[in-house]
Amino acid sequence: MLNCSIKLTLLVTTLLLIITLQNATAKVVHSERSLYRNIIVEDKGDLRCLKFNVKTTKTRQSCLYKSQPQQLVFNYTKQLLTALLVNPQPARILIIGLGGGTMSNTLHQLFPHSYIDNVEIDESVIKVARQYFGFLENSQIKTYSQDGRVFVKRALLKKQAYDWIILDAFNGDYIPEHLMTAEFLEEINTLLSPEGILTANTFSSSKLYGYESATYKKIFGDFYQVTNANNNNRIILAQKDGFTIANLIKDDQSMVSNMKLSKKLANIGVDNQSLYLNIKFTGDYQDWNDDSVILTDQFSPANLLNLESD
Amino acid sequence: MSSVTSKIQLTNLFIYLLAFTSGFSIMCVELLAGRILAPFFGSSVHIWGSIITVFMLSLSIGYLLGGKLSTRSVSLTRYGMIFIVAGITLLPIVTSSQSLMEIIFLAIEDSRYGSLLASTVLFFIPTIILGMLSPYSVRLLVKDSNESGQVAGKLYFVSTLGSAIGTIVTSFYFVMWFDINTIVLSVSLILTLLGLITIIVNKVTTIVATVNHTEVKHA
Repeated sequence: MLNCSIKLTLLVTTLLLIITLQNATAKVVHSERSLYRNIIVEDKGDLRCLKFNVKTTKTRQSCLYKSQPQQLVFNYTKQLLTALLVNPQPARILIIGLGGGTMSNTLHQLFPHSYIDNVEIDESVIKVARQYFGFLENSQIKTYSQDGRVFVKRALLKKQAYDWIILDAFNGDYIPEHLMTAEFLEEINTLLSPEGILTANTFSSSKLYGYESATYKKIFGDFYQVTNANNNNRIILAQKDGFTIANLIKDDQSMVSNMKLSKKLANIGVDNQSLYLNIKFTGDYQDWNDDSVILTDQFSPANLLNLESD
Repeated sequence: MSSVTSKIQLTNLFIYLLAFTSGFSIMCVELLAGRILAPFFGSSVHIWGSIITVFMLSLSIGYLLGGKLSTRSVSLTRYGMIFIVAGITLLPIVTSSQSLMEIIFLAIEDSRYGSLLASTVLFFIPTIILGMLSPYSVRLLVKDSNESGQVAGKLYFVSTLGSAIGTIVTSFYFVMWFDINTIVLSVSLILTLLGLITIIVNKVTTIVATVNHTEVKHA
């Protein structure tokens, strides 16, 4: 009898182990080679991820929980929301670099009345976002299959303006070098509405760091940045024509009163107060050399610089 | 007699060096073309389609024209002139590419045709001129028809090797060390300078040869 119950327990534990293991191993749901990269959609239990390259660890991915698609999975996507601490009600949003479209979906949920333009160079990524990540498009949410720089230049010609521009076009493998230059940032600066915000998801390691930081400072003056020690990305938070030092602190207080937003953020798995952690103002704390060369359309070896460790 | 052959060999070596430089310049500029167009037309795959199309087309026309030109009064002076013209026609890339691309960007919304027109305006003529150099070099080097294949082979080897080295050096190092304009300007200056040297060397050797000739006659 005792023997029998031991056997039964063994059987159950083995079964449980198999189930957990199966959950833990990733299953490739979709993979394709687009004009620009390999696209892989992977399921790991409840987690569905979009990957652009299998081999590199640097690769950025876009993930969602299938059971709770509105929860933001990654730190960096949450950190992008620091823009809301400065501008809690963006009416017109531009996202450059679509990924799985999770950012667009989340922002639509947060701000149902805001207009969102998504720009993605790779047509296949747009298809995958629609098919596997429930990427939502409607009369307010538009997608443009276009190079980000070209879109920005055309938008300027049409005299458009955005309250919030999210630059998320750097997936770690190949950097579009023309989206890193002073001239491009100047175009972004012009495209921002008064007090508009730019958040850029970009690099924190390699020799590129100093060059990139100096370029942002040249255009926007001092900016905020959110870094994560165990991550090689950082979020740059810049305001049209530059921040004054008090900006975030002032808005911090208005945010506390803005309980509605913090409740909204809690719904998508973001703790309002935690957004303030790891955020630094470059005016107080600058960790690159002042004599760093800036990147321009004439000189932008971003990919080569990214190969060299600092 | 031996001094004459060694002189001919030296001239030939110089022509190979020039062919190497033209191959180098073509790919150096082609590689930079992607950078030059990106701010206005992006870095989509079709940008490279435009650039490569224009370069291939203009090279093919250049080969045809260079071959044609080599049938009449072939000389090192004319050869040098082609280099100078190539150097000069590269200059608008440095001086006016911004304003030209701006006009095209405003006129054409589709970045495929925009980039095609922009690469045509910026690179078509200099690449034709650079393409003319290969067949002209063959004409200068070939002394009898038996060796023509071998000479052409050697020339393609040297100029394509120049292209390979121009590509790798530009993409690995030049873009890290210099501005795009500095690189294009240097290429333009080097081509012009080599053209001038060719003309001067040719003048000097002809004068020396005539002097020698008259001396021999008088003796």
